[in-house]
Amino acid sequence: MPAVQETIDQVRQIDVDQYKYGFETIIETDKAPKGLSEDIIRFISAKKQEPEWMLEWRLAAYRRWLTMEEPSWARVDYPQIDFQDLYYYSAPKTAAGPKTLDEVDPELLATYEKLGIPLREQEMLAGVQQSKIAVDAVFDSVSVVTTFKEELKKAGVIFMSISEALREHPELVRKYIGSVVPTSDNFYATLNSAVFTDGSFVYVPKGVRCPMELSTYFRINDQNTGQFERTLIICEEGAYVSYLEGCTAPQRDENQLHAAVVELVALDDAEIKYSTVQNWYPGDKEGKGGIYNFVTKRGDCRGRNSKISWTQVETGSAITWKYPSCILRGDNSRGEFYSIAVSNGHQQIDSGTKMLHLGKNTSSRIISKGISAGQSNNTYRGQVSAHRKAANARNFTQCDSLLIGDRCGAHTVPYIEAKNASAQFEHEATTSKISDDQLFYCLARGIPEEEAIALIVNGFVKDVIQQLPMEFAVEAQKLIGISLEGSVG
Amino acid sequence: MLEIKNLHARIAESGTEIIRGLNLKVAAGEVAAIMGPNGSGKSTLSYVLAGRDGYEVTEGDILYNGESILDLEPSERAAKGIFLAFQYPVEIPGVATMQFLKVAINEQRKARGEEELKTPDFIRLVRERAAELKIEPEMLKRALNVGFSGGEKKRAEILQMKLLEPNLCVLDETDSGLDIDALKIVADGVNALRAPDRAIIVITHYQRLLEHIVPDTVHVLYQGQVIKSGDKSLASELEAHGYADIIEAAA
Repeated sequence: MPAVQETIDQVRQIDVDQYKYGFETIIETDKAPKGLSEDIIRFISAKKQEPEWMLEWRLAAYRRWLTMEEPSWARVDYPQIDFQDLYYYSAPKTAAGPKTLDEVDPELLATYEKLGIPLREQEMLAGVQQSKIAVDAVFDSVSVVTTFKEELKKAGVIFMSISEALREHPELVRKYIGSVVPTSDNFYATLNSAVFTDGSFVYVPKGVRCPMELSTYFRINDQNTGQFERTLIICEEGAYVSYLEGCTAPQRDENQLHAAVVELVALDDAEIKYSTVQNWYPGDKEGKGGIYNFVTKRGDCRGRNSKISWTQVETGSAITWKYPSCILRGDNSRGEFYSIAVSNGHQQIDSGTKMLHLGKNTSSRIISKGISAGQSNNTYRGQVSAHRKAANARNFTQCDSLLIGDRCGAHTVPYIEAKNASAQFEHEATTSKISDDQLFYCLARGIPEEEAIALIVNGFVKDVIQQLPMEFAVEAQKLIGISLEGSVG
Repeated sequence: MLEIKNLHARIAESGTEIIRGLNLKVAAGEVAAIMGPNGSGKSTLSYVLAGRDGYEVTEGDILYNGESILDLEPSERAAKGIFLAFQYPVEIPGVATMQFLKVAINEQRKARGEEELKTPDFIRLVRERAAELKIEPEMLKRALNVGFSGGEKKRAEILQMKLLEPNLCVLDETDSGLDIDALKIVADGVNALRAPDRAIIVITHYQRLLEHIVPDTVHVLYQGQVIKSGDKSLASELEAHGYADIIEAAA
């Protein structure tokens, strides 16, 4: 209940078309020259002091990428990207690598403070009811700080930037990187493999339940800079982790590219819960600027009884192209996908999931809620398949779309394939509009229009919001309210 | 309390005039029944009173406590104490009845510059009022009107009316779809709201409801006008002879 109130307050505070996180941090950066070549990749790898095998891996991906073509099957439309006109490496000069908080540039700390991301551990602890959350803050191409590292270390949990992990735990990274999303996977994943600059690395050892929520906060600041982060999370037997990713970017007229890869590995009886609140700059009301968010996220339920759950709240980006997926390899493994995708203005979203049932008695559940307003287009694209040997595979899919106004579009594209006769797949889809009747009913009870829409929409997405960790559920509700600001009338 | 003067209103999209020179006065403390055959403009009148989009007032005025409300938004009218009980209450999926009630009450309070109700006080208030209407606490946890029976929906409407404590209540065909037990509960709820500073307008097709909510005045609506007004005996007369005689006499 209070969340709805907060949404309302938040909405009221903000003017139409005001992206709250659109400010820019003026900071000296260390950049690679514009463009993409083997030299640039060598430059990135050297900057990161990576082992030789990593450089070779990157170069192999790059050579592969040169032979690939940009995919065109998604229901999104954008001008050709000039990959030679981008910077592939940009780091604040003062942050050559992750340090202790005292050494971090105060300008950067102030940026995260403005974004509402607490990096000072003592400040976080001072919060009355706030539970502890460890944060890895990635600014353009580098991780600037990771909090609560020591405390996590005591529990045996490794949480650090992937660049750091490549230096400190190369054997672990080498074992798992590319094992879920191979370098040859798709155009953007392959590009990412060649040029990724930073991201988070999580390793939870056998039987350990990670003592706090882990989160990474991505910020694109610099102009004409592509952000290519790589996240790798490994849960050993019986381990558990809940991880959250948040994203923002300054308001700019040019489009910016964000092409991330996230790989999750869950071994026997392990569970990974991955939540995203994506709030990249969506562009202005004419559709100028904004982030192109072309992301490959995949989880591998490698062990028996393992479980991977994706929850995403997508409100930002000019274009979103993203399908967090689960490979249900282990017997009795379970995959879940809960999604809220909100599009307004000229935003385009083509998002969904893949549930690939390979093991026996595997189950999956997909709940997708798309909300379209303004002149936006919102597509759910999902694949559910059962392999020949996937006896008793079960899937339940529910896709609901809500339209606000009459200039937006909602599309549902499910692909369902069962090669095993014992598979049971269910698919339900609905499309509805906020009806004049609903709106008038709320108005007649004294609830003003913006608040009425926030209330109806929050009701629509309730099933998914409930899956988010508490703090983020409140945040997500606020965001949805803000994203739909000015969507009526 | 309410004075409707020579009101003309039409459906904006088609331009069809539905209300054609309607005059009506309802005083504080009065229960007025508006009766009329199908298509006489009963529901349109309730929408125009509440300020629904899509209806245009082309002539005349609606005065509420002496002031015109034609320029007010529906939510502003609600905050000023005008309440419309719907003939077909609308489903709001995912929004618990309790949550909806809280938002509605606090939005109205905010619009009037009053403090928001504290959660414990709010819960106590809702429990009390719900019990009077024989509404189970379980029902308040369910999404508003979703899967409610006809009787539950109408009781939820009356519950909202009790909680929002309006000065002018407009009940649009509240009796439709109710069995006799539900009808009695709803009528008792409305009767309990009778007060010297409150006016109640009961819009109905049949006399049945008026056996339980006895009106002070009865007005017959036909082709967008009040063609006859009287006391409660007018309702019995209609029940016995139908609308035809009155329509003929007025013609």
